[in-house]
Amino acid sequence: MFQARIHGRGGQGVVTGAEMLSIAAFLGGRYAQAVPSFGSERTGAPVVAFCRIDDHEIRLREPVMAPDALLIQDPTLLHQIDLFQGLRSDGYILINTNRSFEDLGLGEFVRDFRRERLCTVPATDLALRHVGRPVPNVPLLGGFAAISGVISLEAVIAAIRQKFTGKVAEGNAAAATAAYEMVLEAKQEAAHA
Amino acid sequence: MLKQTEGSHAVAEAVALCRPEVICAYPISPQTHIVEALGEMVKDGELARCEFVNVESEFAAMSVAIGASAAGARTYTATASQGLLFMAEAVYNAAGLGLPIVMTDANRAIGAPINIWNDHSDALSMRDSGWIQLFAETNQEALDLHILAFRLAEELSLPVMVCMDGFILTHAYERVDVPTQQQVDRFLPPYEPRQVLDPRAPVSIGAMVGPEAFSEVRYLAHAKQLQALERIPVLAGEFAAIFGRESGGLVHRYRTDDAETIVIAMGSVMGTIKDVVDEMRVSGVAIGALGICSYRPSPLAAIRDAVKGARRVVVVEKSLAVGLGGILATDVRMALSGLHLHGYTVIAGLGGRPILKSSLHALFGRAGRDELEHVTFLDLNWDVVNRVLERERTTRRSGSIAENVLRDVGVPTTPGV
Amino acid sequence: MSVTMETQIIKFYQTGSFAVGNRLLDESQRSVQANMRRSNSLNSGHRACQGCGEALGARYAIDAAMQATANQLIAVNATGCLEVFSTPYPETSWQLPWIHSLFGNAAAVATGVAAAMRVKGRQDVRVIAQGGDGGTTDIGFGCLSGMFERNDDVLYICYDNEGYMNTGVQRSSATPPAARTSTTAAVGKEPGNSFGQGKFVPAIAMAHEIPYVATASVAYLRDLEAKVHRAMGLRGARYLHIFVPCPLGWGAASEDTIRLARLVVETGLFPLFEAEHGEVTGRYHIRHRVPVEEYLKLQKRYAHLFGQRPAVETIARIQAIADRNIRRYGLLAEEA
Repeated sequence: MFQARIHGRGGQGVVTGAEMLSIAAFLGGRYAQAVPSFGSERTGAPVVAFCRIDDHEIRLREPVMAPDALLIQDPTLLHQIDLFQGLRSDGYILINTNRSFEDLGLGEFVRDFRRERLCTVPATDLALRHVGRPVPNVPLLGGFAAISGVISLEAVIAAIRQKFTGKVAEGNAAAATAAYEMVLEAKQEAAHA
Repeated sequence: MLKQTEGSHAVAEAVALCRPEVICAYPISPQTHIVEALGEMVKDGELARCEFVNVESEFAAMSVAIGASAAGARTYTATASQGLLFMAEAVYNAAGLGLPIVMTDANRAIGAPINIWNDHSDALSMRDSGWIQLFAETNQEALDLHILAFRLAEELSLPVMVCMDGFILTHAYERVDVPTQQQVDRFLPPYEPRQVLDPRAPVSIGAMVGPEAFSEVRYLAHAKQLQALERIPVLAGEFAAIFGRESGGLVHRYRTDDAETIVIAMGSVMGTIKDVVDEMRVSGVAIGALGICSYRPSPLAAIRDAVKGARRVVVVEKSLAVGLGGILATDVRMALSGLHLHGYTVIAGLGGRPILKSSLHALFGRAGRDELEHVTFLDLNWDVVNRVLERERTTRRSGSIAENVLRDVGVPTTPGV
Repeated sequence: MSVTMETQIIKFYQTGSFAVGNRLLDESQRSVQANMRRSNSLNSGHRACQGCGEALGARYAIDAAMQATANQLIAVNATGCLEVFSTPYPETSWQLPWIHSLFGNAAAVATGVAAAMRVKGRQDVRVIAQGGDGGTTDIGFGCLSGMFERNDDVLYICYDNEGYMNTGVQRSSATPPAARTSTTAAVGKEPGNSFGQGKFVPAIAMAHEIPYVATASVAYLRDLEAKVHRAMGLRGARYLHIFVPCPLGWGAASEDTIRLARLVVETGLFPLFEAEHGEVTGRYHIRHRVPVEEYLKLQKRYAHLFGQRPAVETIARIQAIADRNIRRYGLLAEEA
């Protein structure tokens, strides 16, 4: 079973992100469970959502305690909340930022992680450019598809089309694709380095 | 058709397939997505021949349902927690009048202190109201139980409450198989009332009944629930034949046949429990689990049958009989009467506290060694509790318990209190 | 040979029921109650007290509604005297489909019945919700307001006897000032019910801008029937507030019910009017104005205002209420 945990703030589409991740997995023929961790609805408050993916029915009902992947939609949470709790050392970390892990003060922390499983995605910028709204969830999913292969880009785009319509859907699809290609390219560069 | 969708939405689709005629709704977390989805379906014509009434309170919601059902319409509503309590008078009234209303209870804790997260205290507060109460383990079962509910309700002329864990199921995206209209129509015929308000044949419904007849009327309510005990498995069989999967029924047995320890629970926590059971079985522990689907009527015989070969029963429940111990556990105890086995009550998950696999592993391990207390509060923070008790012992003006606990647990509270 | 006959105009003081002369009217103009074929919706054999104004009002109102709807009517009843005395298990007085659910939800249950009729394409079947003042102005107020706001197709009838009579004459928010009830004893500095702002539900109903609001009294049968008829000719939320004396609760003689129901109007204490969408469209002009004492002194619940030392100030305050109603609702005809 693959377990992802998405962190962000209210209004950034954290819950929708988890849902789309689960839809993408479903479209890939797998079982998936997406659950928000809820407080009262409040824009700006820290929000967590979980997504589990497996090849058979998922029966477990608890927060994701030991994530295989961490998607961080808002880096301002980094030094406020223990985002990395339970993260496995071979886990994936995706951060929505223009900066590097080092610049974010995480250089030391990720020293023993697998480099090819870490990446940053300027998801908010991509969202603004392609969708016109600073909601970083979709580009981050595109990046996740590229770095983990757990879901395909096609599935992400199909999930986008299920959740959104018209220009918003197309914009999100473009943002996801851009993020996907960006991450893939960075991954290939790192492999050659 | 297979879909990846939110539990609430799956339920809304199921209800819509049942051809409801009147839906009345008052918003309360975490049921809102269900009635919002249904409201939209009615408004855009997808759900035709259905009146959607926005009411001014939960008491009004159940009352509108009573009127609609008594006038012969297939009627549905949904609520949770405080809303269920607010309509309590009408909940009892609906059962007493024998009206086949179907209601979703998106299980949520009851305040004070106010808490929007999941536990079973709300549904269980109405356990003696005369409603049939069914608990769903998964979103698929939640979907299926609504279809079963209308059939059962109308057959027996009793209202049915379908309980699904708030947030954990209602707001979870999961794979579900949504049936076709054809399948549902085969299973659920049009509503034929036993009594109806109709100028063509006037009747008076709801008269006062005095001491000379009240006991008989109440016994008949009990008798109907005993009838339900017979009908529920039969309908579950019919359901399986038409829809191609097992759903509903009185109880779900999981690896209980040769189990020494049997865990009993209701709702979504059964999923986690099954995972733990499987892992412990790998280590050679003879453990199994029994999920209660029909809470009312209470499937005493089915419970007894499932556990009679075991050494011990551990009831894990998301409810608390304040001053007593367990609610579900007390019911289960009735089924165990005469059997020689250890019974343990575990109060867990109150107000949405996650029930962790790791905690269950430790708990079941201790149970297996008979090292458990009679009543255990799973993962309780004893430091905090003892601090509050000590403060109360020494200070009269000790302040609000809830605020004190929150402060001790480290959650910001209102300043100056 | 021609004979000149002397004619004399004789003024009959009609009691408002046109009882004298009803048989001289064309059948179509007679009251519903005069019709042998009326539904008698509240059949005899019920257990109401002698002189019960509510039993009278309910029969008047429901018979009129049955006639107006060709008997296509369903009634929803709140808990209270009417429900209790009309359905002593195992009997029922009601000749139409009738349901009693709870004390505070008659309006909501009626909403449900109306929704069912609508969805089944049986909009010819009309719905009436009815209850006493307790079930309407107090415990049923929320549901009433909800029904008004949604403009559900329900006529709500309140039978106002100014207290919780079935449970032993306790005070409701419809109880008038100075009246003795078992929870507003006629003792102390301010004996009886206190002087508040009042809670006049017809005015509150008007504030909801519903299609029709009217007040009526059992002393004015034709007026009451006409209002029911008018209400049943409209769709949407409608409200009828009927003044019904309670001999037991008020300490009045059971034969004074009609008299009290007339005096309360002729004093101005209870205005008779109609309103549509929040505007008064008609009122009954007081024929022969009467000071409030004439009305009050017939009821033991006001006995403490009279006697050796009459409570002149209190009576004056009650008179002021009557005066205000007369002014506010234009209850005195303009002098020609």
